[in-house]
Amino acid sequence: MPTIVLNGEPRQLRAPMTVAELISELSLDPRLVAVERNREIVPRAEHGEALVDDGDRLEIVTFVGGG
Amino acid sequence: MNAQTDTWTLAGRTLRSRLIVGTGKYRDAIETKAALKASGAEIVTVALRRVDLKAKDNLLSWIDRDRYTLLPNTAGCYSADEAVRTLRLARELGIADIVKLEVIGDPKTLFPDNEETLKAAKILLHEGFTVLPYCTDDPVVCRKLEALGCAAVMPLAAPIGSGLGIRNRHNIRLIIEQANVPVIVDAGVGTASDATVAMELGCDGVLMNTAIAKAEDPVQMAEAMRLGIIAGRLAYQAGRMPIRAYANASSPTGGLIE
Repeated sequence: MPTIVLNGEPRQLRAPMTVAELISELSLDPRLVAVERNREIVPRAEHGEALVDDGDRLEIVTFVGGG
Repeated sequence: MNAQTDTWTLAGRTLRSRLIVGTGKYRDAIETKAALKASGAEIVTVALRRVDLKAKDNLLSWIDRDRYTLLPNTAGCYSADEAVRTLRLARELGIADIVKLEVIGDPKTLFPDNEETLKAAKILLHEGFTVLPYCTDDPVVCRKLEALGCAAVMPLAAPIGSGLGIRNRHNIRLIIEQANVPVIVDAGVGTASDATVAMELGCDGVLMNTAIAKAEDPVQMAEAMRLGIIAGRLAYQAGRMPIRAYANASSPTGGLIE
């Protein structure tokens, strides 16, 4: 099983999957998050094709309250 | 000019409110929304963070994006690289290209690292962002940021979240005097009179978060800030009376009964 680092925490995936599938597995609204894979932004239009696989480092971010 | 017709322009946007507010440190979304409404702000700042997988609601799902322009910040970034990376991600969230750049240089005072700020501003401007930089109340760094093409300069009044008010009115005045872009006092305001002073000095706007969010009644303080900004702006435009060392009677000195 591939292991990734998601927002700084190790996480096992059942199989390699696309960014869109990962977002869906995490029950996140894809319109409300931005994704970086191995320090490179994965544009929203590419979420359906971009693969997440063993060793990948993912950052999934959103807006929060701030000044 | 009166309070109803007063507008200003920031990066091509015509704005009625000269108050920009943060969305941090509130008790919950309900209080945030009520305070934003009371403030009359048209631009509100937001931060970018790792998504909380357990969170039930998301700021983007409840904030009225037709009403407010979201201004993502780079709070917590200590280098130009981190700030640029953060704002590139923010852009992916479908906001406008207008951003608040802050690169922190010291954890205790949260004073900005002007060198890294200039470096980040250059990259961001090259990438098409409209940059509003938070900086020290230093006329030289403000001039450099403007020369790079920043859409405004945002000198601090005092350390972020300190509520100390405007520490150096003279510098703020010098910055206003030389600037050809809007000057927005960002950070350090504590109460409505601080906002009024900023506007009386001739600032184009004031950006604040803690002064509202950490007031005992944030919604009422948001209203106070809205009015304080208007009062200061009107006073600035009205042109204050000269300061004199001695009294000058307001009532006629002649015609007194004997």
